[in-house]
Order: sequence, then C-alpha cells, then structure tokens
Amino acid sequence: MRKTTRFGLGAVLATVLSAGAGYADTIKIAFIDPLSGPFASTGTNGLHQYEFAAEELVNKKGGVLDGDTFEVVGFDNKISPKESLIQLQVAIDQGIRYIVQGNSSGVANALTDAIEKHNRRNPDDRVLFLNYSAVDPALTNDKCNFWHFRFDANADIKMDALTDIIAEDDSITKVYVIGQDYSFGKAVSAAASRFLGEKRPDIEIVGNELHPIGKVKDFTPYSRKIVSSGADVIITGNWGADMLNLGKSVIENGFEGPIYTYYAAADGITAAFGEQGKDKLRLVTEGQTNPPPTDTAAAYIEAFKAKYPDGNMSQTRITNVIEMLAKAIDQAGTATDVVAVAEALEGMEHETMWGGTLYMRPEDHQLIQDVLITVHTDEDIQFDLDNSGYGQHLESRVEMAGKDSPTTCKMRRP
Amino acid sequence: MDLVLVNLIDGLVTGLLLFMLSAGLTLIFSMMGVLNFAHASFYMLGAYFAYQISIFLGFWMGLLIAPLVVGVIGAGVERYGLRRVHQYGHVPELIFTFGLALLIEEVVQFIWGKDQMPYEIPGILEGAAFAIAGNTIPLYKVFMIFLSLLIFGGLLYVLTKTRVGMIIQAALSYPKTVEALGHNVPLVFMGVFGVGTALAGVAGVIAGPVLSTFPGMAVVLGSIVFVTIVIGGLGSLFGALVASLIIGWLTTFAKAYDVRMEDILTGIGFTKPDPIWDSAWQDLWTLTSPQIADILPYLLMVLILIFRPYGLFGKRDA
Repeated sequence: MRKTTRFGLGAVLATVLSAGAGYADTIKIAFIDPLSGPFASTGTNGLHQYEFAAEELVNKKGGVLDGDTFEVVGFDNKISPKESLIQLQVAIDQGIRYIVQGNSSGVANALTDAIEKHNRRNPDDRVLFLNYSAVDPALTNDKCNFWHFRFDANADIKMDALTDIIAEDDSITKVYVIGQDYSFGKAVSAAASRFLGEKRPDIEIVGNELHPIGKVKDFTPYSRKIVSSGADVIITGNWGADMLNLGKSVIENGFEGPIYTYYAAADGITAAFGEQGKDKLRLVTEGQTNPPPTDTAAAYIEAFKAKYPDGNMSQTRITNVIEMLAKAIDQAGTATDVVAVAEALEGMEHETMWGGTLYMRPEDHQLIQDVLITVHTDEDIQFDLDNSGYGQHLESRVEMAGKDSPTTCKMRRP
Repeated sequence: MDLVLVNLIDGLVTGLLLFMLSAGLTLIFSMMGVLNFAHASFYMLGAYFAYQISIFLGFWMGLLIAPLVVGVIGAGVERYGLRRVHQYGHVPELIFTFGLALLIEEVVQFIWGKDQMPYEIPGILEGAAFAIAGNTIPLYKVFMIFLSLLIFGGLLYVLTKTRVGMIIQAALSYPKTVEALGHNVPLVFMGVFGVGTALAGVAGVIAGPVLSTFPGMAVVLGSIVFVTIVIGGLGSLFGALVASLIIGWLTTFAKAYDVRMEDILTGIGFTKPDPIWDSAWQDLWTLTSPQIADILPYLLMVLILIFRPYGLFGKRDA
C-alpha cells in the first residue's frame, strides 16, 4: 500500500518537474487556517491578504526564479489541530511545499510536530512551515525545529515591549491578566507575571486567569471580578469573538483604564468597539499603518482596499512572509529544495515597507522586528479598519524588539 | 455579599435568555417529538434581521419586526419542510433540521459576511441602571430581564388560561382526539413551531448587541440549549425555566468565584502530590472553577441523565 503511494507521489512529482522544464511553474502555498466557524472572519481575511500579497508583490513583479508565480491555496482547518493535520496531509499530497498558518498556537504546535516527522521520514518531499501569527514562545524555544519560521514577534517579545511601556507609567499599580485557556493564553499570563515582576516589582497582579477558548457566551462574571479588583490595566491575549465580548463586557461594566491586547483590531472587532473603545484599547503589534510609514505601504493598502473594499490590511506581516519567501527562493535558486530555501531564510535581513528592518534570527527562526503599541482611535486615522472610521494609531515603537532575547532552541539541521 | 447580589442578577439575565431559546425548543419537541437542531439558527436569524432593520428603522422596530419575520420563516419551514419529511419518521426529520442549521449559517455568511456586525444597543438603554457597591448594572440588562419575564408571563397565560392554549395542550397530548373534535391540528403545529422560532428570534434580537452578532453565535449557544431542555425535562415549559436559571447561576457563580480544585481535594482529605508538576494528576489539581464553568452544565446533564433520565420536570413517558 505504502509503496503504491510512494510510487504515485513520485510519478506526480516527476510529471510536475518535467512540465516545469519549459514553462513557468506555479509555486503553491498552502494556507491552513479557519475558513468556517466562529473564527472564520479572521481566517478569510488572512487568506485574502495572502492572495493579494502573492499577486502584487511577486506575480506582478515577474515572479521568482524564471517567472514562476505564487499561488495561495486555502485549506479550512476549522481551528482544530486534528483537522489541520488532515489538511496538511492533503496539501503535501498535492505537492505543496510551503505551509502557512497562524491562528491558534495549538494548531501551530501540532503542525510543527507533524512537519518535522514528515520531513524526517520523507526527505524527498520536505515542506517548510511559515508561521505568520502563532506566537506561543515554545515554537521557537523548546519545540523549535529547522522547518519552522515565525514571522510574528512571539508572545514573550511582545510582552517585553508591552511591559516596558507599562513600567514607565507610575500611576499603574494593579494589573489584571486574563486569557484563553490554551498554550498561547498561558504563555501570555506567564510572561506578564515574569516581566512585570522584573521591571516593576511594586505592581500587584490582582488577577491572573484563563477561560475556555471560544466557549464563553457572556463575560459579565469575569468583568465583575476585574472591576471589583480595582485593576488599573487589563492585559489579555484574547482574539476573535472572545476579544470583542470580553472588551465590550468590561467597558460596559464600568472599567475605565486601558486594555492592553494582542489582537483587538479588524475582522469586525474595530467597528463593533467603535466609540466605546476609543483610547481604551491598545494593541501590541508590528506593522504600522497610521500614519503610513512609507509611500509604498500607503499605495499597497489603497490597492488592497480597492480590490477588497470590505477587507482589512490587518496583518501586515503577511507581506513580509511573501516577500522574504520570494527572496529566499531567488537566493536559493530553487523552490523545490526547501532545505536551500530555509538556509537562505536564516539570517536574512529585509527592509519592510512597514518601516524598519527585519532579521530572521538563525538560532531559533524567530523574526526580529520593531514592535509597536498602537491605540484604537478615530483621530488622525488615514487607513481605518472595518470601514468604521476607527483605526490603530502608532503610540510608541520598540526597535528590533527582543533582538538579544534568550532562546532555549537547540536547532538540529539536516 | 454585594457581589453575590450582582452575580444573582447577572445569572438571572443569562438564565432568562437561555429560557427564551429553550422554551420554544421544548414546546416544539413535546409537540412533534423531534429535536429542532436549527433552533439556535433562528436565534441567529433574529439577531441579523434586527441588526439589518435597526440600520433603517432603529432598534425598536427591529425588536418588533424581526421576531415576526423569523416566526413566519419558522412556520414556513414547518409547513413546507418538516411536515413533508414527517411521514418518513424521526431520523429524516432530525437530519432535515440539522441540514437546515448548516444552510442558515451559510446563508447568513453569504449575505452578511463572516465578520462581527456592529449591532448596537439603542441610546435610550445605554448607561447604568443602578450600581451595587461599585458594580454597575447596565440599563439594558434590566430591560432584558423585564422583557423575558413579560414573555414568560404571556406564554404561561396563553397556554394555561386561554382557549387556544387548551387546544394546544390537548393537541400535544392527544392529537388524534383533538383532530376528531374538529380542530385543525396541523395548523396548531405550524403555529406552535412559528411561535417557538419567533421566541428564539426575540432572544436573538435582544442578545445580539451584548453577546455580539456573528455567524458563530448559533453554534456557541446551540448545544447549551439542548442541555437545558434535557435537564429541565423534554417538553416541560416550567422545567425549561428552572433549568435555564440553574445553568445561568451555576456558570455565573463558577466564573465569579475562584473555587480551586486543590481546596476541594484537600478538604476531602487528599494530600497534594509534591512536586505537583511531576504528578499524573497535575491537571486535576490545578483546575479552577472559572476554567470549567462552561462545561459544568454538561456535567449536570450527565448526572441528571443517570439519576433522573426524564429530567427535573419531565414526564416519564414524554
């Protein structure tokens, strides 16, 4: 049975390779993220941004190698790790060598394990995992492997930058940490306690709790606890409906202070918060859109909005993934030998249109980049989100955040 | 102590909202003997319709019109869908409603997209009604409580005190006899199905602005509604009310107070393994009640099914 599969795959591969000799190939990128269910809007918007980036930044500029073009193929994983592994296998069976995924570190953890096993067992059709959003620090620490590259700043790096900002504000004495009950939520909570303990031991963490992910209908009981704890600041890693419902609920129940978040923007969240969240929601993120850092960036957002009037340029790092992948394929001179591509990605420096330089740290495959704190407002917003008039405006910037951050990664190279 | 009162009110709101959903479902079940998997989808439709209407005519017209539209759609589903499938037995009916739920979700995504809708509470209901020890109770919650109680009262009155209610109750128990007496039983069924789905629509209209209006809202609430009517007893309106309130308070209090499994276990007399991170029981020992609050109703359902399979207020044969 296995032999036939091998043979079949080999035959397909041979056909693909021979067909590619004379013509320009398409290099397929599998996008494995939720395209249905409660987190569908995040996934669909991400897919659009990938398709657009591949088209604008690669295909329209003549592609890579000898005119090979990028094609992004969407796979719906319903945010379930189990479903993701099935979709991964489908993608591999289709001869796809580049996997991008971002929503949920739980999924990313499952994928990175599966990909490492697959690559060990099938040296002939290895794949690369370009993680653009899953920020569980373990992925570039204990669980790191050669095939995984992370293009977002991990939760620790973001928390490091965020706590720098909090530590400067002497009026903050009480902090409440709340998150979703899975690897990322736990990482945020652990990092918050650790960094605040180091930087401002006088700050009291008045609450530190986890709630089931995607299951909470009403956050009122949590908000009650937060308000009655007297917290000055809330830190949360929540995303999707969990972010919106938590935020709305705490504001409605009388919380006055800032809410520091990782993902409280776009996908309807910005519009739904509207006036209510003004100057309250702060985002620790990468990729500046207001004010636009470069003319290229401004033109790029305008073109994206022209194509997807209802879409959002919410994950600017997606352009970094596509640009750096294209650059690495060109440098390696091949798109099929992913080891060469991975080696080209390692240590790559890249000027991003969103301002600043990117550096793919070879030790752990963590992209080092500027981390920003932005605020939800309608003042001085050139590019709003959700067509709501509200957007994220730059408040402070930490350059090359976490450049020297320690890693426990012991990379095993092929 | 003050917080207890606040939590009681919060739990009441959650419970009453759940009741509005489960009331319709349990009525439909006792009538047709079939679980309507699409019930929570009608709740979602209510929210989306009301949002769309509120853009043009304001919140109040949405509250008035959206449930009517949902009810008419529900009645249509019964008349032209379920009634035809009915003759093939219960399993095709179940599959029909299940398919309908998927269909409605897709249609909603097709029309409104996958994003959250900016469905807002009306200006007149914004702000706090009163505060207990610094915890504000939003005016909107008070409105939700009154509206739900009003609906419950109205439903109870119609079902127990009016002629229509008597015919419905009779038709639920002895459809053949009632039909022989000259009443149009299929019409009664259609009416009950319509009213049941309209109730879900009302729940959607008033829950949409606070629990957010998005395509996943039916899935999030769908399973818990079934749990409610199983706990309350299939077909029992009063049971649905009691079960909804129990679930509302149970989850609210479990979230509001950090009861730690560690305290319970040591209270019973177990000793904590040391070091805890090497123990196979680590996950059990480190549990806290907010973490498991939302699965407590399911636990309760399992217990009810073991010790009282027909639910709190269900009849054995129902």
